[in-house]
Amino acid sequence: MSYFRAHVLVCAGTPCMLKGAGAVKDALCREIERAGLQEEVRVVETGCLGPCDDGPVIVVYPEGVMYSKLKPEEMSRIVQQHLLKGRVVEDLVYRAEKEKAKPVVSLEEQGYLDRQYRIVLRNCGRIDPDSIEEYIANGGYEALGKALTTMTPEQVVATVKDSGLRGRGGAGFPTGLKWSFTAPIAADQKYIICNADEGEPGTFKDRLILEGDPHSIIEAMAIAGYAVGADQGIVYIRGEYHLSIERLQRAAARARELGLLGKDIFGTGFNFDLQIRTGAGAYVCGEETALIESLEGKRGEPRLKPPYPGVAGLWGKPTVVNNVETLANIPPIILKGAEWFRGIGTEKTPGTKVFTMLGDITNQGLIEVPMGITLREVIYGVGGGIPNGRGFKLAQTGGTSGGCLPKEFLDLPMDYDSLAEAGSALGSGALLVIDDSHCIVDVLRSFMKFFQHESCGQCTPCREGTARLYQLFSDLAAGKAGQDAVQLIKELCQTMQLSSLCGLGQSAPNGVVTALQYFEEEIQKHVAGECPAGVCRISMGSRAV
Amino acid sequence: MEMVKVTIDGREVQVPKNSTILAAARAAGIEVPTLCYNEDLDVKGMCRVCVVEVEGSRTLQTACSQPVSDGMVVHTNSPRVRQARRVNVELLLSNHPQDCLGCVRNQRCELQTLADQLGIRELRFPRQVKSEQKDISTPALVRDPSKCILCRRCVEVCHQVQGVGALYPVNRGFDTTIAPAGGVDLGDVACVQCGQCSLVCPVGAIYEQDHTERVWAALANPDKHVVVQTAPAIRVSIGEEMGLEPGEVTTGQLVAALRRLGFDRVFDTDFSADLTIIEEGHELLKRLENGETMPMITSCSPGWIKYIEHFYPDLLPHLSTCKSPQQMFGALAKTYYAEKAGIDPANIYVVSIMPCTAKKFECGRPEMIDSGYPDVDAVLTTRELGRMLRENGIKFSELPEEEYDAPLGISTGAGVIFGATGGVMEAALRTVYEVVTGETLPSLDFTAVRGLEGIKEAEVDLKGKKVKVAVTHGLGNARKLLDLIKAGKADYQFIEIMCCPGGCIGGGGQPIPTTKEIRQKRIDAIYRADAGMPLRKSHENPAVQTLYKEFLGEPLGEKSHELLHTQYTKREKYPEKAADM
Amino acid sequence: MPVKSSTEPKKSLRQVIAEHNSDPGALLDILRDAQEIHGYLSAAVMEEIADELDIPVSRVYGVATFYTLLATKPKGEHIIRVCESPPCHIRGAVNILETLKEVLGVNPGETTEDKKFTLELTSCLGVCGVAPAMMIGDQVYGNLTPERVKEILKTYA
Repeated sequence: MSYFRAHVLVCAGTPCMLKGAGAVKDALCREIERAGLQEEVRVVETGCLGPCDDGPVIVVYPEGVMYSKLKPEEMSRIVQQHLLKGRVVEDLVYRAEKEKAKPVVSLEEQGYLDRQYRIVLRNCGRIDPDSIEEYIANGGYEALGKALTTMTPEQVVATVKDSGLRGRGGAGFPTGLKWSFTAPIAADQKYIICNADEGEPGTFKDRLILEGDPHSIIEAMAIAGYAVGADQGIVYIRGEYHLSIERLQRAAARARELGLLGKDIFGTGFNFDLQIRTGAGAYVCGEETALIESLEGKRGEPRLKPPYPGVAGLWGKPTVVNNVETLANIPPIILKGAEWFRGIGTEKTPGTKVFTMLGDITNQGLIEVPMGITLREVIYGVGGGIPNGRGFKLAQTGGTSGGCLPKEFLDLPMDYDSLAEAGSALGSGALLVIDDSHCIVDVLRSFMKFFQHESCGQCTPCREGTARLYQLFSDLAAGKAGQDAVQLIKELCQTMQLSSLCGLGQSAPNGVVTALQYFEEEIQKHVAGECPAGVCRISMGSRAV
Repeated sequence: MEMVKVTIDGREVQVPKNSTILAAARAAGIEVPTLCYNEDLDVKGMCRVCVVEVEGSRTLQTACSQPVSDGMVVHTNSPRVRQARRVNVELLLSNHPQDCLGCVRNQRCELQTLADQLGIRELRFPRQVKSEQKDISTPALVRDPSKCILCRRCVEVCHQVQGVGALYPVNRGFDTTIAPAGGVDLGDVACVQCGQCSLVCPVGAIYEQDHTERVWAALANPDKHVVVQTAPAIRVSIGEEMGLEPGEVTTGQLVAALRRLGFDRVFDTDFSADLTIIEEGHELLKRLENGETMPMITSCSPGWIKYIEHFYPDLLPHLSTCKSPQQMFGALAKTYYAEKAGIDPANIYVVSIMPCTAKKFECGRPEMIDSGYPDVDAVLTTRELGRMLRENGIKFSELPEEEYDAPLGISTGAGVIFGATGGVMEAALRTVYEVVTGETLPSLDFTAVRGLEGIKEAEVDLKGKKVKVAVTHGLGNARKLLDLIKAGKADYQFIEIMCCPGGCIGGGGQPIPTTKEIRQKRIDAIYRADAGMPLRKSHENPAVQTLYKEFLGEPLGEKSHELLHTQYTKREKYPEKAADM
Repeated sequence: MPVKSSTEPKKSLRQVIAEHNSDPGALLDILRDAQEIHGYLSAAVMEEIADELDIPVSRVYGVATFYTLLATKPKGEHIIRVCESPPCHIRGAVNILETLKEVLGVNPGETTEDKKFTLELTSCLGVCGVAPAMMIGDQVYGNLTPERVKEILKTYA
């Protein structure tokens, strides 16, 4: 391998690409060649580097200086000054909080990463996702080797159990416990499924992990396979995630070439291989039994449980379904041990969580922080607060099926149990911040429109309930709702939560239920024909009476 | 069997380990309301009406699907349960036309009954009813998607039981409907019109095309000589329509009721069933002798005929060329009977009472006009006859027993058993054995071909010549046999195939409900009726013997060929294509 | 595998089905490939798939209509998918949709008369960092404003 004195990482995450990262990279390469540095400086495309709002973004190593909001014509300065003369181009350096004029020099030192702790995103943006060598050079496949050669499957399950890792897909079910249901079952075939059907609005963490560090998922699936006795893995990935699919395919092919997938891995007699299957546009397929139905070539309609997939899943065989982010935690846990993992985050919820900050927040993008961080720290710390001088109205955690939390909850620690207590959820880690220019009825109406579209249509409370909720909120927004609207909404939400067949219908009303708790007055005003935020049409005079 | 202890509404019961909460509740004498649940079908768990509270469980559980565990404590009527159950039914009603008075299932509707049982008197949710049009594209069935509650029972019977697959869930979420592929009508796809969907539909979303009005009109027309034939299965099922328990044989009351409706002659399809045995028996012997296409398959069941025409057209030569008893009857009513009675066949109006929706399709097949007129003019299902009798205020159970009219009302027990799966085979064997061997059968009961098992086999020794036969019912089972024939692995000489599970007693036009248990009761009644007949072999039917003497000449003769035999049509698996071309 | 580079020659539907061993379990993958080959899933295509997999065509249609990325009607040359998820909604997706409806003269689910564009709504595209967003074909456009939408459409003219 030839030696490069400098690496330039160009963020090739979708948001940066949308903002012209391709042209920036081309210009950069041109300038490097013009300066004759092509033997010394290597340009690498990476997965998302985080501050999507300020793309295109590049980082120059070994110094770790991040430049943001780049234009192709600025590349000549970066090459001429930084790469040739070693001087940081101050005016292009990324600044986490625009108000503070202090330039941030190093990725590790900058405010953006202050509270960040990278386990899941350990390699994202730091290695070339297409290079298995770089992954291995950074400790990749070491955990698989350790598990296969020094641990029994029972020990692997026990380690994951002891680590306290809980599923990062939304429900927060303890991962080790899930594995321990499937491991002892005698079956001619078992499956490990990686759930990469990321459909929760505002969530794109799984895509970035798959784009930035595909080998970590392959390695984790092989470890899971060893632990529960499965020799087949399936990655079920959202059909829209073209780049993830390509990178994962290339990564799997390389792993196969090096004998890290396939027969007799590490000479231990353990066989494991995986295939990549794509979804075709159905949010509900994130629900594990719907996902399995989809893999069997059917409509993605959730199954009745029991039986649970761990006992009878894909083709009726014991099947473990784990989310991408959950799996990305596995290799470090195996390498560093359960104790190490328990030392991060909170007692009940160890580890980190990847959050996607969205909506009315200055720094949009992805962060990985220890469990238990407060909403305030995220929004006003790493998130840089609320732009345009507006005030905070509410935050919805956990995606569209999460609750709407008002400012009283800003100091709530973000972990499964605290959020569940507040009527919300940690969910997929989406954090939608909504400022005080928005109307709660309008916001809830948009949630219900989403669920009405994404309900699978199987069970009554979800199919009819989402449609009725959408209609009731449309009526409220139009000032046409009856006096009993709020009572109806309450009963309907309870019925959906209690009697829907799957998690989609059970959690779809969470936003409404919390809003009725914390914003009832604003909703009631709509019954009387008034929209305090001035968003709904009624307040503009359509309701003449 | 391992038993577990469960407490339901404070009552303790011991039930087998893998019982559902619903079964356990019933064991405790507690009835949990259900809607999509059907005891003969897979548990769907979709309507969410049967939810109950299980202590320790965050959400409510569906009683139909949730297995009990030892020590489980269940509440079937807590405030949370009552609210969820009511709201779910209210939600279904918010998306329902609610035109109960004009609905074919009024007072016989599971949704209506449930709403009444739950005391729903007010419809609180904003309404949004799907504005889909009724589908009247088939001669047998009407689909009304606006009434559908998406329980998917019809999908299961159409796919799993019948293997036809004409209906399936389409679209997603609130837009979900149960429909044929491609957004076309039922008449544009390979639907066999068996009507099994209509038997399981809890509401009025799929039901038979109504022929009662045309029959009332014919009865009121003084120029028409209206004759009626009753299929074998009707005598053991019409009682249910009229409030009797399943399994009663009500032949005499049926005849009396039809006379009171004003039919000029009350005849019996059992007569032409006997005739079918003579023709089909001789056809079988001829095929055996001449080494023609084997095995020969029965052709009485119009749903089955349409199925093979769509899905296995290459196997059509295996079908007996005999028309079904309904069509043989029609052809003879407008020729032989017209001649005998001195009535212009143009003025004879033939009504069939059938357990079957596909018979409505069959009577309209363009080739079924061998008498020079449509052989059969109207087909009433058991359900439609029930409606006419109720409209006429007939107190069925109080009627005296009356006899069928001669000559087309004279029959044997062999004709009766056509109504149950295995019956045609048994009737044929009774005759073929005696024709071939010249000996009297020691026992008439071929029990091996009776009953609800999917595929039944038997071997009969015809004095040294062994004949292997098979009997199946339900098209899903039929498909297994057809695939064997296709693969050249079927060593049978004669196969009976009936479209509907249980045979005609389980036909798509029968009373609702038609459960497995009720099917068995009707079958038992059929064999009781057979045993009670003075004659039990088709070739001993004196009216049939006279018919050959006076009119037909001999079995498979020229006249038979003209009136009683038919040919079949190769149909597209995707019929809408034919329209494109 | 459903994603192929554009240089690969197009396979026939029959080849695709053969690669999946006529396995009904692969129905979703086969439908995606079939759409890639034929542009949309016509009745004839679905019937061929049903025959090859030996399943009722109603099931093929039922699956095809469940997933939003599968189309059973012919589409325009470019498919515009507008994200309607809450994160895009609060950043003004309504204006984007209104602009598209106005400029194209069609409602969601419809195709322009010149068969150039089909307008569709989609759930989250996963690019919420640049909300509001839309996709035209495989290309994602973010940080949209009504003016930008008009400019982008011009590039497809």
